[in-house]
Amino acid sequence: MRDEAVSEGAAPVAVRGTVVDRLYGLTTAGAAWLVLALLAGAAVSMLWGGRQAFETFGLGFITSRDWNPVELKFGAFVPIYGTLVTSAIALVIAIPVSIGIGLFLTDIAPRWIRGPIAIAIELLAAIPSIIYGMWGLFVFAPFMGAHVEPWLNDHLGNNAIIGPLFSGPPIGIGMLTAGIVLGIMIIPFISSVARDVFNAVPPALKEAAVALGSTRWEILSRVTLPYTRSAIVGAIFLGLGRALGETMAVTFVLGNAHDLSASLLMPSNSIAAAIANEFTEADTDLYRSSLIALAFLLFVVTLIVLAIAKLMLVRMDRAFGRTH
Amino acid sequence: MTKFSIIIPLAALALAGCQSNSGNGNQAASGGITGAGSTFVYPVLSAWSADYSQSNGTKVNYQSIGSGGGIAQIKAGTVDFGASDKPLDPKELASSGLVQFPVVIGGVVPVVNIAGIDAGKLKLTGPVLADIFAGKVKKWNDPAIVSINPGVPLPGADIAVVHRSDGSGTSFNFTHYLSQVSPTWKSGPGEGTSVQWPTGVGGKGNEGVAAYVRQLPNSIGYVEYAYVVQNHMHWTSVQNASGKFVAPRAASFQAAAAGADWTHAQDFDLVMTNASGADAYPITASTFVLMHRQPRDKGRSDAAIAFFKWALEKGQPQAQKLDYVPLPSPLVQQIETYMGQNIK
Repeated sequence: MRDEAVSEGAAPVAVRGTVVDRLYGLTTAGAAWLVLALLAGAAVSMLWGGRQAFETFGLGFITSRDWNPVELKFGAFVPIYGTLVTSAIALVIAIPVSIGIGLFLTDIAPRWIRGPIAIAIELLAAIPSIIYGMWGLFVFAPFMGAHVEPWLNDHLGNNAIIGPLFSGPPIGIGMLTAGIVLGIMIIPFISSVARDVFNAVPPALKEAAVALGSTRWEILSRVTLPYTRSAIVGAIFLGLGRALGETMAVTFVLGNAHDLSASLLMPSNSIAAAIANEFTEADTDLYRSSLIALAFLLFVVTLIVLAIAKLMLVRMDRAFGRTH
Repeated sequence: MTKFSIIIPLAALALAGCQSNSGNGNQAASGGITGAGSTFVYPVLSAWSADYSQSNGTKVNYQSIGSGGGIAQIKAGTVDFGASDKPLDPKELASSGLVQFPVVIGGVVPVVNIAGIDAGKLKLTGPVLADIFAGKVKKWNDPAIVSINPGVPLPGADIAVVHRSDGSGTSFNFTHYLSQVSPTWKSGPGEGTSVQWPTGVGGKGNEGVAAYVRQLPNSIGYVEYAYVVQNHMHWTSVQNASGKFVAPRAASFQAAAAGADWTHAQDFDLVMTNASGADAYPITASTFVLMHRQPRDKGRSDAAIAFFKWALEKGQPQAQKLDYVPLPSPLVQQIETYMGQNIK
C-alpha cells in the first residue's frame, strides 16, 4: 500500500526527472566530446601547418639530423632525441623519489610532520617553470659543472659500456642537467598522487600482511604497490607528459644546440625548446612550417608514449590476473 | 538577489570603462603610428617615442617581435613601419612595394669569460674567430690565438662556444662578418639570422648569451654592444680590414659607418661588416626601418616620416645614453632625400 502511494505521487516527478536526466546526459556528453573535438582540431591544424615540411622532406624529416635555416634543410631527429632522453632522465630520478615520499608520508613519518611535508611538496608544484629554469641556470648548472660532471668524467667516463654517456667537457649545461631539473619539477605531481593512493589502501590488507609477519618492504612490494599499481602508473605518466612538453626550464639549461651526441653532458635541443626559441624569427615559410611540424611530432610522441603506458598497464593487469 | 544587485552596476561600470578605454585607444591610433620588428632597436625607439609624444603629441607604438616578424607585418600592411637588423635587397623591396633606410648603428662584440683576462685584453682576428665558432680551434692556448696575443696568460682549457638559439639580426651580422673573412665559414654554416652552428650552446636573446658566457668558464659568445656596456662584460678587440685591432666603441662604429659606401648602395642595402677605414670596427651593424612606398594611409605615413626625421636629427642624446650610435650627418641627409623621393 505504501509503495503504491509513493509511486503514484512520484509519476510526474519521474517524467520531469527523465527530461532533466536526458539534458544532464547531453551536457556531460557534450563536454566530453568537446575535448575530443579540440584534440582532433589541434592535431589537424598542426598537421596542416606542417604540411610544407612533410611534403618537402617526407619521412626524412623524422630521421634527419640537419637543422640548417640557411640551406633550408630541417630534420626533427635531434629535438625528438633530446626530448625523450631528458624526460627519461627525469623519470629515473622522479619515480623512486616520489614513491619514497608517498610511502614515508603514509606509513613511516610521525603524524605531526605529514601535513607540513605534504604542503611543502604541493608548493613545489606551484613554482612556475621559469623559476626552475633560472635556478637551473644560475645555481644548479654551475654546481653540476664544477662538482658533479668532473666526477662523472673521472669515474664513469672511461667505463667501456656507459663511458660514452659521461664523457665530454663538464660545462654544466646539457641533457643531464636538464633531465635532473625536469625530475625535480615532476616529483610533486607523482608524489602527491602516490600519497593519496597509498592512503587509500585498506588498512585491513596491510594489517593482514603484518599479521603474517611481513616486513615493511614486503608490505610495500606485495600489498601496497600491486593494489595501487594502475594509479601509480597513471601518476608517472602525468609527470612524463609534463616533462615531455616542458619548455622554459629546459630552454635555460639544455643548451639549445642541434647537435647529436651520445654524452649526456653535452648540449642538445628539445622539441618544445626549439619551437619557443626559433618561432619568432622563423623568416621563411618552410622554416615556420618545420617548427609547426615539430609541434605535431611532439603531439605524436606524447600519444605514442601514453599508448605504451596503457598497453603496459593492460599487460600488468593480465599478468596479475586482475580484470578491472 | 543582493549579490546581483551589486554585480550588475559593477559590470556596467566595467563595460563603461572598457568603452571609454577603447575610445581613447582609437583616438590614439588615429593620431599615433605603429611599428613592429627588431628587438635590438626597441630601447632607443621607445625612448624616442616617449620624448616625441611629449613634444609633438604623436604616439609611437612599437612592438619588438623580432626582425622576421617586423618584415612580415609591414608586408601585410598591419603596421606603419617595420624594423629589421638585416637589410632587404632592392629586388625584394620593389616586389613588395617597400622602402628602407637605417636609423641607428650598433656593434656585435665577442665577449669572453676567462679567469685572469680583463675586458679588452684579448685580441682576435676574423679567421681565428671563425675557426673558434666552427669548433676548429678548440683550446685557448691554441697557437693561432697565442701568436696574436703575446704575453696574455691564456689557459689550456677547452673553449666553450655560446651562440644565439633564436633567429636574430645579431647572428646575421656576426655570421655575415665571419663569411666575409673566412672562406671555410662561408662554404660551411654561411650567413643568416640563424645558421646550423657546428658547435657550442645556444642562449635565447642577448641576455641568454650574456648569462651563458657569465656562467661558463672559458667561454666565448657575441652580444650587442649595449649589453657589453651595461653588463660590464669582457669584450675583445677584433682586427679590421686594415689590419688594426679595434676596440668596440661609439667612435669605431661611426668610423665604420662613415667608411661604408652608402652613396652607391641602392635602397641602403648595405651590411657594414668588415668596413674599410683605419679605425673602423669590423662587426658594425645597423637597424633598418621599412615603410610602404605608397602607403594606404597617407596621414599616418607622414607622421612616421616626421618621427624618423626628428629621431635622426634630434634623437642623438637618447641614443647615446642607451649606448647606440647615431648616424653620421651626411648619411642622415641622404636618408631624408631618399624618403622625400620615394615615399609618396
